[in-house]
Amino acid sequence: MASLIEIRKSFLVSIWFMFLTFPIMVIRVNTVENVIQWRWNNMIAVGLGSFLLSFVWRYLIRRKEQGVQRQEESTGLRRSIFQRIGEDRRIFLPGLTVAAVAVVVFPFLVSMYQVNIMTTAFMYIMLGLGLNIVVGVAGLLDLGYVAFYAVGAYTYALLNYHFGLSFWICLPIGAGLGAVFGILLGFPVLRLRGDYLAIVTLGFGEIIRLVLENWNEFSFGPSGIANIPRPGLFGVAFSLEAHSRYIYFIVVILAIFTIFMVNRLQNSRIGRAWLALREDEIACQAMGVDKTRTKLTAFALGATWAGLAGVVFAAKTTFINPASFTLWESINILCIVVLGGMGSITGVVLGALVLVLLPEYLRAFAEYRILTFGVVLVLMMVFRPGGIVSNVRRTYQFEGPDSGDK
Amino acid sequence: MDFGGLRAVDRLDLEIHCGEIVALIGPNGAGKTTFFNCITGIYTPTAGDIRIHPPGRETKRINGLKPNRVTELGLARTFQNIRLFHQMTVLENVMIGRHCRLRSGIPGAVFRPPHTVKEERQAVMDSYRILEKIGLERFVNDLAKNLPYGAQRRLEIARALATEPFLLLLDEPAAGMNPHETHELDQLILRLRETENVSILLIEHDMKLVMSLSDRIYVMDYGRKIAEGTPRQIKNDPAVIKAYLGEEYVA
Ligand SMILES: Nc1ncnc2c1ncn2[C@@H]1O[C@H](COP(=O)(O)OP(=O)(O)O)[C@@H](O)[C@H]1O
Ligand SMILES: [Mg+2]
Repeated sequence: MASLIEIRKSFLVSIWFMFLTFPIMVIRVNTVENVIQWRWNNMIAVGLGSFLLSFVWRYLIRRKEQGVQRQEESTGLRRSIFQRIGEDRRIFLPGLTVAAVAVVVFPFLVSMYQVNIMTTAFMYIMLGLGLNIVVGVAGLLDLGYVAFYAVGAYTYALLNYHFGLSFWICLPIGAGLGAVFGILLGFPVLRLRGDYLAIVTLGFGEIIRLVLENWNEFSFGPSGIANIPRPGLFGVAFSLEAHSRYIYFIVVILAIFTIFMVNRLQNSRIGRAWLALREDEIACQAMGVDKTRTKLTAFALGATWAGLAGVVFAAKTTFINPASFTLWESINILCIVVLGGMGSITGVVLGALVLVLLPEYLRAFAEYRILTFGVVLVLMMVFRPGGIVSNVRRTYQFEGPDSGDK
Repeated sequence: MDFGGLRAVDRLDLEIHCGEIVALIGPNGAGKTTFFNCITGIYTPTAGDIRIHPPGRETKRINGLKPNRVTELGLARTFQNIRLFHQMTVLENVMIGRHCRLRSGIPGAVFRPPHTVKEERQAVMDSYRILEKIGLERFVNDLAKNLPYGAQRRLEIARALATEPFLLLLDEPAAGMNPHETHELDQLILRLRETENVSILLIEHDMKLVMSLSDRIYVMDYGRKIAEGTPRQIKNDPAVIKAYLGEEYVA
């Protein structure tokens, strides 16, 4: 009787929890009247609550394990829902049309506040996809990614401040400088892997932030740069509301551009080399892949998108200071990649949407916001450790000697 | 080749001629794998010379070159402990071997001009042909990690062949194979020499395989060469028998 044992286990858990929380949940010293209140109701609530939670938890874990077994029995590639949708044209095309229409009409239906949140979400899609090249595809754990974001933002802010360069000119410059900094970071860490790489890149990110914070003559220090102009459109005057919509569309187009580019890069000779490098560096080199060059392209191309997103960020908020580019921001972007599914573009897009929109709409829960967010993260890692879209890298499918490519 | 105070390979003169199959044998820990690592650029030898003379090109000293340069110059290897790209398909593994013979860069990847598309298609076809030659074509779309053991070893050979080597270095290719698989491997190596124009340097413990395949055999022990010669000479060499079986068997 599996279920009887389960009930007993859950029962023990609930007893244990009641015991543990007894001092804080049950006893309360009323300091005004100097008496002790015994809140036995709370104890019952804790007992029942932990019993139910433990029972559900066990049930889910069991189901997950059965799922894993089933998957192992039916060997071969597991195909996820997302992959199946992607392959079935009858669902995919109408789905894409609906999504496109939704994205276009969205800013005209909702408040400016909502539009701004969506803009942020799309910016994080760009950041996530960029980091995905480095972490997800090439397997280089980079915790200093936000530095390139800062490079992009300060590129626009400073070039505009000193030389009056416009948003559209700064966009490619920001991307280019991002790539240059990517290579600069890449050189010293070529030999590092895993944890060591993470520590050094983390340090690099902090160095950039500290320089920006302390080099007053260059970056105006902690007070930052204000009054950065929003992007223009042939001198047309926008209302504030129209401007958020305008930026929204710029970001949407840039995000689509990013998806397109990253997709092409992943399915190319270079993308293949990145994957191989992630799997086994020595074998990869022994097969004739230039490790130095491949790693540096990954760093540079990843940083490019951060530079681009940085320029947009400066233009969107019209004010930047070093506080926007802390380690927390890097971790946030890393969460998008890991939660979405390493190496999967669909995954990263979904991850960015979830991780930006969820905390935003959880504002209703006020002080439980971060707690709920944490619980969601933990549950994800337990039940879908590969991310939302796990293990669905589209492998090249060979269809016979005559059909050529796909 | 020294590791700190340990001299792993000491005084090993080894020559391979065009079209030869040469075996390198010796007890475990003799330094055979280390020797391979020196040749292929994974270690830089602390002393000594490695020269290659590719057919139709001039002699080149390749000490201290990076592994990918060595591979580009025409040396390709397999690993004693299998080092495939497990999460990639069989075809993709072989296509990584093609990598250094392809040219398309970032602009090619992004814009996909006709010559890049053509190059990629050609790479797919070439890789498939190699899989056919090695007899792995039915696994073409499987992940490398799902292959049976013997097939994984052969996939390593296929991947090495894809780099268009003139010398193939095989590190214990028959390790862990059953007699049937070993026999197939024997046939495969002979066939490769005929059709692919490669010379082969082979580390192997399976004496039957070594004796039947090799033109010449080098024996090493404690990092030194203790004998060289044809299979017949090696079989009767007292130094070899001593190294393998111990002093008392030399009668
Ligand atoms: N990276 C290394 N660092 C230190 N010692 C090593 C290293 N690689 C191999 N060795 C040592 O070199 C000797 C030769 O090893 P190896 O070449 O693997 O032998 P074989 O392949 O002939 O069995 C062994 O004593 C081994 O412990
Ligand atoms: Mg060895």
